[in-house]
Amino acid sequence: MSKILIRGAKVLGGEAQDVLVDGETIAEVGTGLSAEGATVIEAAGQILLPGLVDLHTHLREPGREDSETVLTGTRAAASGGYTAVFAMANTHPVADTAGVVEQVYRLGKEAGYCDVQPIGAVTVGLEGRKLAELGAMHDSAAGVTVFSDDGKCVDDAVIMRRALEYVKAFGGVVAQHAQEPRLTEGAQMNEGIVSAELGLGGWPAVAEESIIARDVLLAEHVGSRVHICHLSTAGSVEIVRWAKSRGIDVTAEVTPHHLLLTDELVRTYNPVYKVNPPLRTEKDVLALREALADGTIDIVATDHAPHPHEDKDCEWAAAAMGMVGLETALSVVQQTMVETGHLDWAGVADRMSFAPARIGRATGHGRPVSAGEPANLVLVDPAYRGTVDPADFASRSRNTPYEGRELPGRVTHTFLRGRATVMDGKLA
Amino acid sequence: MDTHEHTDEARPVLEAPDIARVLTRIAHEIVERAKGADDVILLGIPTRGVYLARRLAEKLESITGAKIPVGSLDITMYRDDLRMKPARAIGRTEIPAEGVDGRLVVLVDDVLFSGRTIRAALDALGDIGRPRAVQLAVLVDRGHRELPIRADYVGKNLPTSLRETVKVLLAEEDGRDTVLLGGKSAS
Amino acid sequence: MMRHLISAADLTRDDAVLILDTAEEMARVADRPIKKLPTLRGRTICNLFFEDSTRTRISFEAAEKRLSADVINFAAKGSSVSKGESLKDTAQTLEAMGVDAVVIRHGASGAPFRLATSGWIDAPVINAGDGTHQHPTQALLDAFTMRRRLVGRDAGLGKDLEGRRVTLVGDVLHSRVARSNVDLLHTLGAQVTLVAPPTLVPVGVETWPCEVSYDLDSVLPKSDAVMMLRVQRERMNAAFFPTEREYSRRYGLDGERMAKMPEHAIVMHPGPMVRGMEITAEVADSDRCTVVEQVTNGVSVRMAVLYLLLGGSEPATAPTRVEEK
Repeated sequence: MSKILIRGAKVLGGEAQDVLVDGETIAEVGTGLSAEGATVIEAAGQILLPGLVDLHTHLREPGREDSETVLTGTRAAASGGYTAVFAMANTHPVADTAGVVEQVYRLGKEAGYCDVQPIGAVTVGLEGRKLAELGAMHDSAAGVTVFSDDGKCVDDAVIMRRALEYVKAFGGVVAQHAQEPRLTEGAQMNEGIVSAELGLGGWPAVAEESIIARDVLLAEHVGSRVHICHLSTAGSVEIVRWAKSRGIDVTAEVTPHHLLLTDELVRTYNPVYKVNPPLRTEKDVLALREALADGTIDIVATDHAPHPHEDKDCEWAAAAMGMVGLETALSVVQQTMVETGHLDWAGVADRMSFAPARIGRATGHGRPVSAGEPANLVLVDPAYRGTVDPADFASRSRNTPYEGRELPGRVTHTFLRGRATVMDGKLA
Repeated sequence: MDTHEHTDEARPVLEAPDIARVLTRIAHEIVERAKGADDVILLGIPTRGVYLARRLAEKLESITGAKIPVGSLDITMYRDDLRMKPARAIGRTEIPAEGVDGRLVVLVDDVLFSGRTIRAALDALGDIGRPRAVQLAVLVDRGHRELPIRADYVGKNLPTSLRETVKVLLAEEDGRDTVLLGGKSAS
Repeated sequence: MMRHLISAADLTRDDAVLILDTAEEMARVADRPIKKLPTLRGRTICNLFFEDSTRTRISFEAAEKRLSADVINFAAKGSSVSKGESLKDTAQTLEAMGVDAVVIRHGASGAPFRLATSGWIDAPVINAGDGTHQHPTQALLDAFTMRRRLVGRDAGLGKDLEGRRVTLVGDVLHSRVARSNVDLLHTLGAQVTLVAPPTLVPVGVETWPCEVSYDLDSVLPKSDAVMMLRVQRERMNAAFFPTEREYSRRYGLDGERMAKMPEHAIVMHPGPMVRGMEITAEVADSDRCTVVEQVTNGVSVRMAVLYLLLGGSEPATAPTRVEEK
């Protein structure tokens, strides 16, 4: 393999340095490195980060290849600066057996745009009744460590307790989609001032918070770790903060859209804003930013949820929930966290690479930018300003809430083990 | 603003005493032609036709000593140019309790121009009942008919060009009585 | 006025008064031998009903026919929430057939708004009730009924409902009628009080321009109009209230309660009434109850809305309240 010299990039937003990649690994980091025999990438003014890791992606394959495939989804991931994604289990068939997770894992390898780490379902068919073969999925070629019924909540307290206990045997983690089902029957949007006016079924914050409260206590009781998916309310932040202060092994994620958008947008009745958990209020958004900054929330995860056009080109109630996010996540984080002073770029590297890799045990990802480490890297031009045009997306779906919105920053290069998956802003 | 405006300023062609006089004349003509006016009912076309109809009714009453039913007939919903302008607020239609069936209905309007308003009024009247006969009284006939319609009683025949405007002001609505012949309106 | 009528909240005070005044004129048409106006001749209006509502559909149809519009009734029942394309595809079909306006009733809140703003069709959209969101013509006919009864048929012309006290009782949470009425009555200057068990009041009601009470008896003596909302028996099963009997006892209107209302106060109901639940037969059949009038007024008000939206090359503009030019 050839050598690549990334010249003059601000590593993790710090001093400008040169990074020499030789084959699959970083050979040297320093200043004035020799370009001999290397392809040179002039990166003055750009930020070099470790390749991003998304702990929450819906790749839709198998079953809904009309919305996304492993190939299109990982191309989208690479475009957004990701070198590893965790693929959620709510496919058709559900990824609740070693067979399905191995299939997804293999498709990821074949696609080659980023590493695909399948997530296994906690319960058979996501039905919440019977534990799936968690151990078999862990022992499979896919080596599953993260388990989630995402899309549905593991609402049965006993099943949740058993899952938390069971995965301790192999260092797994249960990622909970916290949504009390009875409190959210017919839910269409955040329950509050806007839902009252619009006459849309409310999804109350307490439906999320009550499950998180229960689950952190269960995790404490059984001495396991628990991960909270797409935390969306100020109240949830308080509960996680309290749990961490007690030493409970809980981690939490927030999506880019919950860092930026509020339920006021639902007044348009445009289903691009329909997502689960729903967009909340300004107060929640501000609390989530604070919590991500102070580490109460550990990571940003996209909850990239592609849907075909017709599932959004309809009335609100009939529309599917979810937004694509892989290709806009970093820009949204730059706008909401970096440009507001909440996080520096080293903080972004932690929340979008180091920490998610650690939670998901993604080997070779989320590593420091230093000699000897795998060359999973992303170069970002933070000065870029552009308007989101879904037609430019690599994803098969276009259901973005940011169409026409100006967002800062752009991924110019992504390297997966030394190989450019994105070069000069274009997929390689 | 049109720079010629001051040279084309509207000038009065009928003043208050003229208006009173021609209304008196029309009242007498109605009595004469209707042979006593005992089955006459006056229907003014909003807005100013209604005031004229009321004034005529008073004059008829003073001539005949009998009470003359007077009402209003809004023709907005029967116009043939509805789709050429934004929807407009509709006026009041008030048919006297006596009704129009078998009576002599005298329609009253301020200006007779293309005749389209009167055409609409005849349609509107047809939906309300079946008068014995329908007649038309107008304060000013400015010509330029586009339909085969003529007035039975005319206060003043006023030859105009199509680019001129005729404006009737009445005390009840405008604070004073006068008929203005306007300069060439910007076309 | 706007091109569409989606929400009562979109109407200004002057828009609303113009509609009510126009409706008074339309009401006279019903007294004539020929109950028809040629105004919308040659215009095609589609009543697109994704939800059963014979009353509302007939009312719109009568209004449309009295204005000489051509009427297409399209009952797209059953497919309402099954798959979204149905709304878009149906809309585009209607557009292709050249309809001039769509009156839509839909089980999903926001469907009329979506239809009006999605670019699927160009025609004006009139909301005939969407989910638990809005039912603006119902609010207009209610306001019309109140103005007639409380201010007067002629005396009311040009007037709003300034200072009138209106109480809405019942299932506010699931009621588009309540939402539309709160918006419109507030715009018209009335003071609105909602009375319901707390389970049937939406979270977020605190920003609505009205009061909320849980005690019907204390509010009745201070009401000029009391509007009873329909309460579906099924709500009981979802634990919104324990039993029908308890609901009736606390929030139902019977003769004894009606006697606590001021002499002049009226009882309203958007229909269909659940006798014995929110209202007793004695009250429903009393001459203080305006249910039948509301139905009659519904036609006049819908004629007014149709005329003002479709009667010209563009919607009417309400005259401003400042009369002097």
